[in-house]
Amino acid sequence: MADFLLFALLGGVGVALIAGPLGSFVVWRRMAYFGDTLAHSALLGIAVGVLFDINFNLAVVSCCVILALILVSLQRQKLVATDTLLGIMAHSSLSLGLVAVALLDDVRVDLMEYLFGDLLAITPDDLLWIYGGGSIVMLLIWRLWNQLLAITINEELAQVEGVPVTRIRLALMLLIGVVIAIAMKVVGILLITSLLIIPAASARRLASSPEQMAVIASLLGVIAVCLGLYASWHFDTPAGPSVVVAALAQFLLLYSLPLRRTV
Amino acid sequence: MSPVSLVEITDLNIQFGANKVVDNVSMTLKQGEITTLIGPNGAGKTTLVKAVLGLLLPTSGVIKRSPTLRIGYMPQKLQIDATFPLTVERFLKTAAFASAADRLQALQSVRAEALLKQSVHSLSGGEMQRVLLARALLRKPELLVLDEPAQGVDINGQIELYNLIASIRDKYNCSVLMISHDLHLVMAATDQVICLNRHICCSGHPEQVSTDPSYIELFGVPGAENLALYSHHHNHQHNEHGDIVPLEESTEHDHSHCGGHH
Repeated sequence: MADFLLFALLGGVGVALIAGPLGSFVVWRRMAYFGDTLAHSALLGIAVGVLFDINFNLAVVSCCVILALILVSLQRQKLVATDTLLGIMAHSSLSLGLVAVALLDDVRVDLMEYLFGDLLAITPDDLLWIYGGGSIVMLLIWRLWNQLLAITINEELAQVEGVPVTRIRLALMLLIGVVIAIAMKVVGILLITSLLIIPAASARRLASSPEQMAVIASLLGVIAVCLGLYASWHFDTPAGPSVVVAALAQFLLLYSLPLRRTV
Repeated sequence: MSPVSLVEITDLNIQFGANKVVDNVSMTLKQGEITTLIGPNGAGKTTLVKAVLGLLLPTSGVIKRSPTLRIGYMPQKLQIDATFPLTVERFLKTAAFASAADRLQALQSVRAEALLKQSVHSLSGGEMQRVLLARALLRKPELLVLDEPAQGVDINGQIELYNLIASIRDKYNCSVLMISHDLHLVMAATDQVICLNRHICCSGHPEQVSTDPSYIELFGVPGAENLALYSHHHNHQHNEHGDIVPLEESTEHDHSHCGGHH
């Protein structure tokens, strides 16, 4: 197998594995729009990376994390409804990113690569980010799992029961920010949220506990990556969108099967 | 001997912007006593309860409670997204470090042990309230805080639920603070009623409060006939469920209370 294919496969699998549990929280807590907003800000991170000549991965992760922090603090002030706030932030950060990239006229930035991902261009350095960052994210999710579930059930109840709700919620947002930054390479800014929510939504059909749903979402994501890459190789279709189409096919299949939901 | 005070509230004020929601409220929650907050919508009941729970900071005033006070809280309504696969058992597991035996015992004390393996999405309103109560009991609470525990439960279920709460108080010797919208249904199972309309309108024993002019002004005159009918109705319900032991005491309560009004 060609190196670039192996790298693409490893990168895609790594991202799908982390996206499973976090995607489940995005679905349970209805944070899809939040994920989109963070993703859109990633382009701004690229522009900042070019401008200050810092590592793109580092720039994008920092940008997503900073935006997550700004969102949390603005949300608390309740100036506008959360979905309005998210809409403003999502599209203005995307536009700011596009404008900034256009102004950097001495550097050529391939927009398509960032908007829709370039799985086949994954480098060993990217793999280091995916697996290094991914392991930290996984470790944190594992440590915080019960508390994350508790705040997802009911934040006030969790707080009375002694869970540091604000800190756990912030941690979840930062984790999602990191994963989005890492996943950008695979499916691109515009498609990242789908990699988080489609496998998780499909997994709901098969899962009877939160743990099962997280694990099944990861596995479905891995399968979607493999199928997407295969299709991309065979039919010469763009890799990122092919992965999303594969995930959609799984979703449609699982929801058309007559499965009886027990939990 | 007078019971120990678990929570002492002095001159509590809570304001949201220019809107004073809780106005100069002082009250005491004593060990083993059931206190019921009653009042119209927007009277600040939930706000007051949230302040007691430490979920929001008062504008002024003092809430004195032991920092180690174990509180069991039952929120008004729990909305768990249907995409969240959760059985009653797993739901209880997220609450506290309790053993499987503890969880079963907590469910047994609310007579809901049959629900252990069921999905939380399949529970009726009354079943969900029991499961929430079981979760609160898992913490071995010294204070049980219940925000409209009978919401979404039919009349017979409500009476049963209030009796259950009274029996839990007896069993765990905890103090109970609850919000209710119907004084007559909770009468038998409460020691202290506080009628709240931003400030405390009146407080005291349930019989006392129900005849207080400020209570009547807020809730209208409860027809005495109506009241007696209500009580009778419960009594019959409970007698049919004769196997439920802790009901006896409260049933007697009902009787004497009925008698007083006849």
